[in-house]
This record gives sequence, structure tokens and C-alpha cells, in this order.
Amino acid sequence: MVSRATHVRRSRRSGGLSTVSGLGLGVAMLWFSLLVLIPLVAVVVTSTDGGWAKFWSSITNEQTAAAIRLTVTAAAVVTVINIAMGTLIAWVLVRDRFVGKRILEVLIDVPFALPTIVAGLVLLSLYGPDSPVGIDVANKRPAVFLAFLFVTLPFVVRTVQPVLSELDRDAEEAAASLGASRLTTFRRIILPALTPAIAAGAALSFARAVSEYGSLVLLSGNLPLKTEVTSVRILSSIENDNRTGAAAVATVLLAISFVTIVAFNVLQKVAARRG
Amino acid sequence: MPTPFRSALYFTVATAIALSACGAASAADGADTTPTATPSDNKISIVGFAVPEAANVAIADAWAKTPAGADIEFETSYGASGDQSRAVVDGLEADYVHFSVASDVTRLVDNGLVAEDWNAGSNKGVVSSSIVVFAVRSGNPKNILTWDDLVKPGVEIVTPNPASSGAARWNALASWGQVITAGGSEADAEAYLKAFFANVVALPNSGRDATAAFLGGTGDVLMAYENEAILAHQAGEEFDYIIPDTTVLIENPGAILIDANPKATEWLDFVLSIDGQREFAKKGFRPIIDGVDYGEVEGANDPTDPFPAVPNLLTVEKDFESWSSLSKKFFDEDAGIITKIILESGKAS
Repeated sequence: MVSRATHVRRSRRSGGLSTVSGLGLGVAMLWFSLLVLIPLVAVVVTSTDGGWAKFWSSITNEQTAAAIRLTVTAAAVVTVINIAMGTLIAWVLVRDRFVGKRILEVLIDVPFALPTIVAGLVLLSLYGPDSPVGIDVANKRPAVFLAFLFVTLPFVVRTVQPVLSELDRDAEEAAASLGASRLTTFRRIILPALTPAIAAGAALSFARAVSEYGSLVLLSGNLPLKTEVTSVRILSSIENDNRTGAAAVATVLLAISFVTIVAFNVLQKVAARRG
Repeated sequence: MPTPFRSALYFTVATAIALSACGAASAADGADTTPTATPSDNKISIVGFAVPEAANVAIADAWAKTPAGADIEFETSYGASGDQSRAVVDGLEADYVHFSVASDVTRLVDNGLVAEDWNAGSNKGVVSSSIVVFAVRSGNPKNILTWDDLVKPGVEIVTPNPASSGAARWNALASWGQVITAGGSEADAEAYLKAFFANVVALPNSGRDATAAFLGGTGDVLMAYENEAILAHQAGEEFDYIIPDTTVLIENPGAILIDANPKATEWLDFVLSIDGQREFAKKGFRPIIDGVDYGEVEGANDPTDPFPAVPNLLTVEKDFESWSSLSKKFFDEDAGIITKIILESGKAS
């Protein structure tokens, strides 16, 4: 008892954690480790089972490298589009009043709620060979972009929306009364406040797109070097009982996602400091 | 809103609801496992590939009417063949396994879960069989009847991806074997496969995904299986299927695990019996034994003669040595003949 009391006092004095928050941190770390950290480490460790040469040949396989390039490029492009469109949709939802706003509000989350294979069926029937709107992208590159756009739509909208609705409009009015144009107001007042939220949404959107599989399998056709994405290559390795190869490719995706998330985090911090 | 758009929307919404309701999130989202009751001496765990689920349910119902099969409870798990086999290795409980390709049972033998002599019986480990067929649009507008018709310019082929789907390998074998049977050399067969994959417009990951893509309007012809075509007809889908003069006999293996419930052996005996094979036939599988009286099979091209004899029927044993050797020769990740041809097809055009 005594020793614990001393310990608590000492840790408080040294700016450490109280018992309760220490316990909280412990539980959080344990939970996170079990669910995320340990499985991820297992993937990375498995990927090195065959040595560096095996790892390298797995990820430089022509078909795999093409799939990684396509996946990462498409995810990046889609993220850029989401930054613009997601912010726009959030703006409309927060600042405008129109008929059907409530419905739109609910529909935004559909890509989250739908099992991805169902999303795939929906996309195939809308943008496949029997398209009722006359757009057929089946088995072509745009199919991959379309599927990514579909599943990642909610991220930026949902991160920007709450920040935007909490935004103090006095600053905007002050800027306007001091003669700033609407564009300047947006650029100097609103955008800096939204940047951290946009960055967070963009990071999620990118990471989600990189790992997407279900929604595009029916529409993309999995054509090698053309529409085949990385997750399909991972499945192929697994079918050939090559778990090491599968883990190697997964590790590359993991690294790319990690770097991207960190980059967006830094951006978030920088923006927060300047704001 | 124009009518076709609206009907398509209704269709997709209805499909979405139906799919999410029955939880059939498909092979991509993993196996659909249905635990039924508490463990007991009367419980048999079946782990299988997705295709024979309907037939196994019918066989279980028929077995339940016999003294041996009374009071048996089943716990079933169905999914992609390779995934299911790996799941059993990784600890999924199973008494009886039913896979698409023999190599998925070999994996269990290698891990000491199935006896080495699992295929020593008179059925050689095979419990169900079918053949590779061409599914075409209703009325066969492109008049696709032979293997040569598939490689004509402008014919669009959908086939599941032999790289990621073990079951899809039956199709690739058929297209290779028919060249050899016609007297062609291996070089001729390679040339044929190059032309074949040049016409492929989609390589979905599983047979089910390929069927969904084809029914969704992709392609002119789907490389399919006779039993799947018959079952799809029974479910009301509209397309025709063509049985080519040369095709591959698909032989799906089944096996009992070493530490299985002894009842599982009786189950396998029933599956292999005339009564068991009749239920398979009713769902479109070709019986593996003679003398099965299956009457009419709804959904077949000719229900009174559902399984017409194929002039040249190739088998793995006769024409391809064994699954392990053909897997290496054709589907090895780096050096497989068909793996390379698929890669090359991506560079063309």
C-alpha cells in the first residue's frame, strides 16, 4: 500500500500518469496489440521467411509490380478527388438547405454499410455491359477507379462535416466586413481550419482504397497488367500455398499505407500549428 | 426516370437486401459457417467447396430417412475450395471434406490429417463429378459450339482465374487437353491458349464471381461446369450451355479425416451409394457409378437425357498424370505454362 502510494505520488510529481489513466493506457495498448500490432508483426515476419531474395522476387514479379503500381496510383488519384468532392459534399450538407438533405445525409454512409461484394454487384449492373445509363467500364481501368471512389466516398465527408458545423462564423463575417473576397475568406479562414480534418479523411480514404477487393472483383475483370489490383495478387499467392510471397506483397502495401498515414498526420500537425 | 434505369435500381436494391439477408457475402468474404448444435457423438462436420452444398443437403435429408443416418446432426462450412482446405489445416474442425481438386486433399495428407490411402478405394477418392462446358447467351447468338469457335476474333470469354481459383484450373486443363487430343503438339496447345486468353475479357477470382459477371452481361461465353449450369437453370437463370466434343471430366475428391467421428465413414458410404449419387444427379452432377436411376433432371438441356456421353472425355489420371505434377507444370507462380500465357495476354493489345 505504502509503496504504491509513494509510487503514485512520485509519478505525479514527475509529470507521469495517474493510476486510472495508467490503467487506461495499459488496456488500450493491450487491446491495440492483440487486434492490430501482433497480426501486423506476424505478416511482416512471415514475409521474411524466405529471405531477402525471395521477398524481392515476390514484389518485383512483373504482374505483381504492375498490380501494386495500379493500386497505389488509383488510390492516390481517388484520394485527391475525395479531398475535393468530399469537402464539397460536407460543405453542402452543413451550409446549404435543400429538399432531400436528410436523405443525402443517410445515403452518404451506404458505401460503409454495404457488404463490398454487394457494392460490386450494384456497380456491375449500373456501369457494366447492360448499363441502364449507357456507361460501360467493365473490365477496363476506370472500373478500378470507380470502385475505389465508391467505397471511399464517406471518409472525407464524415471527417470534415463535424468540424465545419462547429466552425465559428464570426471570423468569416469579420473577414468579409474587412473586404476579403469569398475566395480569400475560404482560403485564409475556412480552409486552414478544415485541413486537419481533410488530412485525416484523406489518409483513411487512401488506406481503404489500397486494400479494396470485394467491390471491384466483378467489374474490373482482374486482367493482368491492366485491371488486376494487389489484393488479387495476394490471393493468387495464397492459392499457390505461397504465404511468404503473399505476406511480402502485403508488407509492401502496409508500408505504403503507413507512410501515407504518417505524411497526412504531419500535414495535420503543421496545419494545426499554423491555424 | 426511364424505366430500364428504375428496374435496374429495383433489381440491385432487391439483390442487396436478399444477399445481406441471407448473409451470403460470397466466397470473397470467407466461408459461411453454420453451427447447429452442441458437440455430440452424432455430429458430423462437413467442410466443402461451395458448389455441392445443395446436393449435400439433399443427400443428408435422404440419409436421415435410413436407420444409419437417423438422428445425425451436421455442422457445415462451405467456401472456396483452397480456402476451406487451408482452414482445415489451420484448425477448422472437420470429419468429412469435399473439395474441388485433389491437391486440396493432398494438403491435408501432408499435414497428417487425412490417411495416405484416402484414394485407394474403388472410387479413387472421387465423390462427385461433372464436366467443363460453355455457357452462352440464350439462343447462342455467336453460334459457339466448338473449342475453335472460342478463339475466333470478337468472341469474348469469361473464365474464373486459374491463378487464384483451384476450380478454374479444370477449364484451363480442358482447353489445353483438347488440342493434344486432336493430335496437336504442346506448342500447338500453347498457341491455342494464347489465342484463348487473348479473347478473355474477365478473369474473376472464383467460379461464382465469374458466373455473376457473365449473368451481369460480361462476355459471350463463360467457361462453366455442367452441374453449375443445370443448378443455375433450376434457379431460373436464362442462358444456354454447350457440351463440346472434347472436354475434361471434373472429379471432386472427398475424404474422411483420421480422427473423425466413425459415423462419418457411414456418411461417405452413403454419399458413394446409388442413393447418394442419385441426389447428386438431381442437382446436376454426373454419377460416379453406373446404375443410378435419377429419372428426369430438371434444368438439363434434355431433362430425359441429362448427361449425354462425351466423345472424348479427358481425365487427370489418363491425360495429365496427377494434380501435383500438373499444378507445377501449368500453374506454378513463376514458371507455370499457363501462368506465363496469362501474363503475356496482359501485354498484348
